[in-house]
Amino acid sequence: MTERTVAQALNAALDEALEAPDVVLLGEDVGVTGGVFRVSDGLFKKYGPDRVIDTPVAESGIIGAAFGMAIAGLRPIAEIQFMGFSYPAVDQIINHVGRIRNRSRHRFTAPMVIRIPYGGGIGAAEHHSESAEAMFVHTPGVKVVVPSNPYDAKGLLLAAIDDPDPVVVLEPIRVYRSIKGDVPDGHYTVPIGLAAMEHEGRDVTIIAYGAMMKEARAAAVQLEDDGVSVELIDLRSLVPFDTEMMVDSVRKTGRAVVVQEAHRSAGMASEIVAVLQEHALYHLNAPIERITGWDVVIPLRRAEKHYLPTVDQIVAAARRTLEA
Amino acid sequence: MTAGADASADTVSIPLDKKLEMYRMMLDARLFEEKAHKLFFEGLVKGTSHLALGQEAVAAGFAAAMRSDDLTFCTYRGHTHTLLRGADMGALMAELLGRGNGICGGKGGSMHLTDVSVGAMGSYAIVGAHLPIAAGAAWAAQARGTGQVSVVFFGDGATNIGAFHEALNLAAVWSLPVVFVCENNLYMEYTPIGAVTAVPNPAADRAGAYGLEGIILDGNDVEAVYSTATAALEHARAGGGPQLIEAKTYRHGGHSRADPGTYRPDEEVQEWLDRDPIPAFRARLEAAGVAAETLDTIEAESDAAVEAATEVARSGPFPDPANLETQVWADGGSSWRN
Ligand SMILES: Cc1ncc(C[n+]2csc(CCOP(=O)(O)OP(=O)(O)O)c2C)c(N)n1
Ligand SMILES: [Mg+2]
Repeated sequence: MTERTVAQALNAALDEALEAPDVVLLGEDVGVTGGVFRVSDGLFKKYGPDRVIDTPVAESGIIGAAFGMAIAGLRPIAEIQFMGFSYPAVDQIINHVGRIRNRSRHRFTAPMVIRIPYGGGIGAAEHHSESAEAMFVHTPGVKVVVPSNPYDAKGLLLAAIDDPDPVVVLEPIRVYRSIKGDVPDGHYTVPIGLAAMEHEGRDVTIIAYGAMMKEARAAAVQLEDDGVSVELIDLRSLVPFDTEMMVDSVRKTGRAVVVQEAHRSAGMASEIVAVLQEHALYHLNAPIERITGWDVVIPLRRAEKHYLPTVDQIVAAARRTLEA
Repeated sequence: MTAGADASADTVSIPLDKKLEMYRMMLDARLFEEKAHKLFFEGLVKGTSHLALGQEAVAAGFAAAMRSDDLTFCTYRGHTHTLLRGADMGALMAELLGRGNGICGGKGGSMHLTDVSVGAMGSYAIVGAHLPIAAGAAWAAQARGTGQVSVVFFGDGATNIGAFHEALNLAAVWSLPVVFVCENNLYMEYTPIGAVTAVPNPAADRAGAYGLEGIILDGNDVEAVYSTATAALEHARAGGGPQLIEAKTYRHGGHSRADPGTYRPDEEVQEWLDRDPIPAFRARLEAAGVAAETLDTIEAESDAAVEAATEVARSGPFPDPANLETQVWADGGSSWRN
């Protein structure tokens, strides 16, 4: 065990993965510099320029090349600097990365990982702050995971690298360095598709993921202090997602608050609410609440805090379900 | 006092008032950004900022050569380009500080400065994205017969993304009035452009692929920039099609924010500091007989303008949080549903 931040845990996962000769890491500034968030610090020195590859600014090229490597026997890990810069590569991701298995009648597999820092945190507005997970979630053939803590960060990244299908790993910018935790030193994986039950409770279920877990945890503590028994679930895998854990929980508590940082409409929370009503409607004691960002362009720093969901909003939503 | 005294290789003779205008422009840009840098370290600049300190001659030479209704498209490193087209300095500084009196109402910040009223058609923070956009604007100008030229500034890094190549081909095949200006400052963010590019001159060496002449320019020589810009604008305006210019220059500081730029060799930084475009131009003006007091006065006026702009910015109100829910749609609101 070593105490690590999320960024350090990801670094440890990459380091371990690169010991296998078929794994390569590529992206803008990932080599000599160690990436914009220094997640690949030290790896260029250790593994050299053929394994840790500095690319031009060319996201379509990076993902296209990674995809080519993947269908030809390597296991590439591509880093995109910020979520807004993944959009030039969306053509490759939607049209090719997610489709090759189906299109090739299962003959090709694309065992690749696309790492994308996402969400608010540095207050630089728009491209540097967005949460477009729904776009990837909506794309058949691409798995999507979102760790919220150092243990899951390493375990999910290693699982993604081991996975025979393409996996988008969303890395919450706000918690890269703000959370520390014990991380095992050797190889381990966190299975893709299973949520984490962070806290069991009876009265209301709070479901969140990624950076929003920080607010969700704080809300749960506040509610528990006030005598509300909260069941807190970290979804951590968006595709495939853990229907069973969420449905079982809501059948038990009869109430749910779903939290996402992304724009409100047609987001991950919308999908979760739909699934919950399909499987738990008759157990509900109150309408399911959604706490989300707004349907607006993510603003600059000061306004960003008005955009991002807050602990107070989550607490108030939970209370509304209790009063219903 | 004539332009004949200058040492640049250009053939266009530049009137003295134009030269003094460019000197003022470079100082405005320099002092504005030095102040922005200070405000960043005071924690007042919201978001991030990318300075063009050291690259002022490119913006000044072009801005001085452009017609007032020509169109400028630039990147996140766009304070200088926007300012020198004539955007209000106080409103620009206020935007950097995320204030309600900012040029974009505090919504865009440093990376998205835009002032359509002066032809500053936007600062684009997706590398390469604005090249096809500038080509489209040039098509519109041509179709509407306005005689405007679209000028698009971008970094060396942008020459490796698809949009660069798509835009050059479109502009060439449609013979559009657009001038592509690569500001080659030798680095992308932290990686040297030479490490990831197949040719030594990332823009100019690609020109042939689109039937264009690759023009290489000393981007730290404002007179050379002005002359080249004037010729390129004339060519484009006369229906001669696009031009591709690669201006060699250097950013004095790091890529953004607090980046000290330590990945760059000391000798290289020093070499370029020695080629700072502003003192070089001043020396040339003095050698040609312009009185030092004239230049000092310009400097003092620039300084006063920047101080006044800073005051406007510092005293500006922060945008009302309710502002967040405005201006997504033409009806002024942000509602997703009826
Ligand atoms: C599509 C895209 N990918 C990545 C980035 C992140 N990024 C911002 S600036 C930059 C380097 C660009 O270098 P260059 O074009 O030389 O411009 P300079 O910053 O030197 O002016 C990168 C990679 C981006 N803004 N857009
Ligand atoms: Mg550059």
